[in-house]
Amino acid sequence: MTHTAQIQPTFEVWRSKARELLRQGVTPENVDWVDASQTASLLAEEPANYQTAPNASVKVPADFLRLAQNVCAHTDERRFAILYRLLHRLTLGGEKHLLGMPSDRDMHQCNAWAKAVSRDIHKMHAFVRFRLVGVNEPNGREQFVAWFEPEYRITRLAAPFFEKRFASMDWSILTPDECVSWDGEKLTFMPGMSRHDAPAADAHDDLWRTYYRSIFNPARLKVQAMQSEMPMKYWKNLPEAEIIHDLIASSETRVRTMIATPERPVKPSPDNAYLRKLHAQQHAD
Amino acid sequence: MDLTRKLEILADAAKYDASCASSGAARKDSRDGKGLGSTGGMGICHSYTPDGRCVSLLKVLLTNACLYDCHYCINRRSSNVQRARFTPEEVVQLTLDFYKRNYIEGLFLSSGIVRSADHTMEQVIEVARQLREVHHFRGYIHLKTIPEASQALIDKAGRYADRISINIELPSQQSLDRLAPEKNLTNTKQAMHGIRQRIDESLEAKQAARQIVNRPRAKAPAFATGQSTQMIVGADDSSDALVLHRADELYREVRLRRVYYSGFSPIPEPSVLLPIKPPPLVREHRLYQADWLLRFYGFDVGELLPKEDPNLDLDLDPKLAWALRNRAVFPVDINRASQELLWRIPGLGTVNVARILAARRWSRLTLADLQRMRVNLKKVMPFILAADHRPRLALLESTNLRQHFLPGPRQLELNFNAPPPTTPADAAMALSGQI
Repeated sequence: MTHTAQIQPTFEVWRSKARELLRQGVTPENVDWVDASQTASLLAEEPANYQTAPNASVKVPADFLRLAQNVCAHTDERRFAILYRLLHRLTLGGEKHLLGMPSDRDMHQCNAWAKAVSRDIHKMHAFVRFRLVGVNEPNGREQFVAWFEPEYRITRLAAPFFEKRFASMDWSILTPDECVSWDGEKLTFMPGMSRHDAPAADAHDDLWRTYYRSIFNPARLKVQAMQSEMPMKYWKNLPEAEIIHDLIASSETRVRTMIATPERPVKPSPDNAYLRKLHAQQHAD
Repeated sequence: MDLTRKLEILADAAKYDASCASSGAARKDSRDGKGLGSTGGMGICHSYTPDGRCVSLLKVLLTNACLYDCHYCINRRSSNVQRARFTPEEVVQLTLDFYKRNYIEGLFLSSGIVRSADHTMEQVIEVARQLREVHHFRGYIHLKTIPEASQALIDKAGRYADRISINIELPSQQSLDRLAPEKNLTNTKQAMHGIRQRIDESLEAKQAARQIVNRPRAKAPAFATGQSTQMIVGADDSSDALVLHRADELYREVRLRRVYYSGFSPIPEPSVLLPIKPPPLVREHRLYQADWLLRFYGFDVGELLPKEDPNLDLDLDPKLAWALRNRAVFPVDINRASQELLWRIPGLGTVNVARILAARRWSRLTLADLQRMRVNLKKVMPFILAADHRPRLALLESTNLRQHFLPGPRQLELNFNAPPPTTPADAAMALSGQI
C-alpha cells in the first residue's frame, strides 16, 4: 500500500512522520513524500499530530540526525524520500555502516545536499549586514535589522550563531521564507517578509566602504578568486559590493602610477635614543 | 584629519600583512548579555576584495609613522606617504561599530614604531585593554608585537589577544641587514620562544584545571591560543628552500600556527634599494602548497626541494613534482595502502584520504567510488591501483608524464582587463589547502 506523507517541509515534521512510518515498517518505495507548503492542500498534516507518538523504538546515530537536519533545509523535492530510504536502510535494512560509506549513492547525495546547506549557513553568518534602527528606550538596548536572501531554508539553523554573538543587542533578520528576532531572552520565528520591510542602508556603510576600498591591493587583482568565495548572487545585499566594479576598473592605472613613481632615496637615521641603542646592538652581534 | 581619512591611510598601510585568520580562538560568547561578540571554531570571511583576499578582521595600524626603514614597506621612514594616527578610543569605537553590523570578526592591530618598541607596544595594548575590559568585547583580537618590546608587555598583549604575531619578514639576517636594517633575526626568534612558553603554560594550566574536580579552581591564566608570522617572498634573492627551511624550523621550535608568505607586490613610494617587480603570485601559491605538505601530509623540506633544485616547480604543484621524481613509489593501492602513503598520491587531499579509509572497511573501492568523492580522476589515475583500475605502466615510466600534467600555454604577466582565470578548483584548494 502506498502512503502519502504530506508534510510541512521542516526537519521536525519530517522526523516525526519518518518515525511513524518506520514503526509501521513501511518500506521507502511505498511512501510518496509531498511538500505541503508547495501544494497548499487542506490535507496537510500539522506537526502537532505527531507530538504524542513516543519515539523510543527507533534509535539512529546522532550523526544521522545532524545530516538529516541539513538535508531537510535543502529545497530539492527528492530530499525527504532519499532521506527516508537512508533511514530505512540504516535501521530496518540492517546497513549499520552506511554513515561511514561516503561512496554510497544515497549517502553521497545526502552529503552533497547537507554540504550545500552548510555552505549557505556559513555564507549567511558572513554576509548578513545589520542596520541600526533605534534604541529600545526602557533598557537602552540598540536595535538592528538585517535583510538576507539565503538559497535554502536555513533561518532556524543559522540563528543560534547570531544569538551567541549578538546577545546584548536586539536584532531581527528578515528573509523571504522565515524571519527571526532576538530580544535578549529568546529567539522568535515569524513568516517571511519582503526586502522593503528592512532598512536599505546604515550610516556606517560609507565608512565600511572606505575600509574595503583601502584594504584592497590593486597590484594583486584576482577577480575569479573573489567571485568563487563571494558569488554575485550575494552582492545585491552587501553595501561594499557597489564599489567592486570601480576598484577593478581603476587597478591598472593605480599600478602604472606606482611603477612610474620615481624611487625614493634613503633618508638618514633620525636622532633617536632607541634607534641608537638598536644599531649599536646590531653592530655588536 | 577626519576619521574617514585616517581610516583610508591606516588601512592602506596595513594591507601588506597577509594574515587575516580568525580561527582557532578559544570558545567564548556573549550570552550573559553583558558583552559583545563570540569566537571559536571556524573563522569567517565577511567579505572578499577583488584581490581575492578574505576580509575577516578590521586590519589597521594605530599609526603609520615609523622609525624603521624597511625597504619593502610603504610606511618606512624614507617614504613620503602621508602619516596619520588613531587614538585608541577611535580604534575601539570603529571595531565595535563594525562588529555590531556583522562586517567583521574582530580587530587586527599593528603599528609603526614610534619613540621606542615599548612605547609603541603600550599604545597597541591599550586598545585591546579597552575593548576587553571596558566594553567586554569577546570577538577576535590579533595583535602584532615587536620583538624588541619587553617580555612583560608581550605577556600583557597575549592576555588580551586571541592571536599574537611577530613578522620574521625575510628568511636570513643577511637579507634583513640589506632591506630591514633595524630588524634582528635572533631577537625575533627569542621573542617567539617567549610567546611559545606562555602559550604552553596557559594550555597546561587549562588542562590541570579540568582535572581538578570538587575543588575551587584556580582560573587558568588566559593567553592567546596561537602565534603566526609572515615572510615576504620575492623582495630578496632567497631560494624557496631557504624560505621553507626557516618556516619548518619555526613550526617545530616555536610551534607557529601559520607562516604567511606574502609575495612582494608593487607599493606606492618605491625604495631605491628595492625596485618594483610584478608580484610573484604563482611562487607564493606554490609555497603555500608546500607549507601544507610539511604540516599535514608528512613531507619534509628535503623531499620537496632536493639540494640540486632549491626552488619549487612553478608549473606543477609540489606533491605532483615530488611524485614525478619518485615514481618507484607508485602505483599505490588505494584499497590497502597506509594513510601516510595515501597522503602522497597527487590529487588526494587529507579529507578524501579519510573518506577512503572509512569507505574501504566495507567494500573494495573502484574509480566510480572515487569519482563520487569528487576526486580528480585524471590526476590520480596514473598513480593508483583500484578494484577496477591499474595504470598503464608505460605512462608511469614514460618521460612524457610531466607533459601529461603541464597546464596549457598561458600568459603569465598580469593582464588587468582579462586576469588569468582562477578555476573554482584552484580557489577551493587555496582555501582548504587540499592538494
